[in-house]
Amino acid sequence: MKDNACCGTTEEWSPKIVAFVCYWCTYTGADLAGTSRLKMDPNVRIIRLPCSSRVNPLFLIKALERGADGIIVSGCHPGDCHYSTGNLHARRRFAVLHDLLGFMGIEDGRMTFSWVSASEGIKWQQTVNETIARVRALGPIQTLHPVGAQQLIAEMGSEKGDQAR
Amino acid sequence: MKELQELAAKLLRDQNVQVVIGYEDGPAGVRPAFITDANDAARLIFDPRCVHNLATYLKPQRKHIAKLGKIAIVVKGCDARAVAGLIREQQITRENVIVIAVRCGGVLEKAPAKAAKKVELTEENVSVRCAGCEAREPKLYDYIVGELPTEPPVSSQRAGEIAQLEKMSTAERRKFWDEQFSRCIRCDACREVCPMCFCLQCVALRAQPQWIDSSPTPAANRAWQTMRMLHQAGRCVGCLECERACPKEIPLGLLTRYVAGVVDQRFGYKPCDDPSVPAPMGEIKTDDEEEFIR
Repeated sequence: MKDNACCGTTEEWSPKIVAFVCYWCTYTGADLAGTSRLKMDPNVRIIRLPCSSRVNPLFLIKALERGADGIIVSGCHPGDCHYSTGNLHARRRFAVLHDLLGFMGIEDGRMTFSWVSASEGIKWQQTVNETIARVRALGPIQTLHPVGAQQLIAEMGSEKGDQAR
Repeated sequence: MKELQELAAKLLRDQNVQVVIGYEDGPAGVRPAFITDANDAARLIFDPRCVHNLATYLKPQRKHIAKLGKIAIVVKGCDARAVAGLIREQQITRENVIVIAVRCGGVLEKAPAKAAKKVELTEENVSVRCAGCEAREPKLYDYIVGELPTEPPVSSQRAGEIAQLEKMSTAERRKFWDEQFSRCIRCDACREVCPMCFCLQCVALRAQPQWIDSSPTPAANRAWQTMRMLHQAGRCVGCLECERACPKEIPLGLLTRYVAGVVDQRFGYKPCDDPSVPAPMGEIKTDDEEEFIR
């Protein structure tokens, strides 16, 4: 059980997954999956970006740091990029990121990199469901203490303020 | 060594350069030396205790050194890659720096504080980066000095470290790194010493948006090193200065060596001292491996 668990109304843990998707292909593909009424678990939050190469690895690091149990990054298939080669640049970056995060102890199953085109609503549904299943099997991600000293002091200060009132 | 001293003296006397950056014997072991007077050139030395990568003094941040005038720098083969990296990324121009290369037979893992002047390299004390070094005689230089010494021994203790870590389970690796990073005090020595970390404003210092907390919390330490390694991918020259500078002895060299391995295996790039070879993360190939894509 995790105190910041969300998704659904029960107290039961349910994975929280952040998807960073490209506007031109995957977002449209996800839209198609929605309008086609394909059934997907509601654990994925989508963040729409202009291109998969807009995904700064810091986004993913931050998401995992702040308690996302899994991440999805998806864009156009190689060769189909709206900006010609954005996804090829992204591919090199994610290759290193994928290996590095694994080396530093993040399970491979928490990271999904995929190509989903605008017509592949079904592939998006599969990507989402498979990722959720994998993350569910792995359990909640272990988060580290994210609060900095200053934030801590501020919180302590506001608690004192509450008491004074 | 005489050759090096004479060359430095000549460069200074002829006003070709205003400062020669090299190594000298200090009260606490070998240290970097900034020679501005030809008469001081006799202080310069070079031996296996000269572990430092002096190319870090060419970074644009080092304004106090740039102020001295035109620089001549003493480099080993591994340091020459850093000079090439700075030229490749337009931080310095080739004409504005005189590169004095030394033929190198390997250096120590750690600079001894106060040791005998003569050090023999053994499997125990040699730096792990010297194993199979292909740059003992650099190609990037204006002057090259010294005889080519015999090949360095291969570090016995540290060669298999990465394979050992890779054999662990993910949870074990996570625990290993969490323990290592828990010691980090975010002194930023790894960043300051690195010749390739030269952003005028580091993303780790940005407060809005604050991607990486500036306090040494476990989460922020992990994020900082992850990001540092990603920024270094394909740019790291493998001098292991971050590891040497770390006051908390966090094995940062494991990360740099691992990422260098990934970049070599995936993109076929090894750090080299040719500034015209493009860095791999700015390049693309249509047939890059994508086995990790689901």
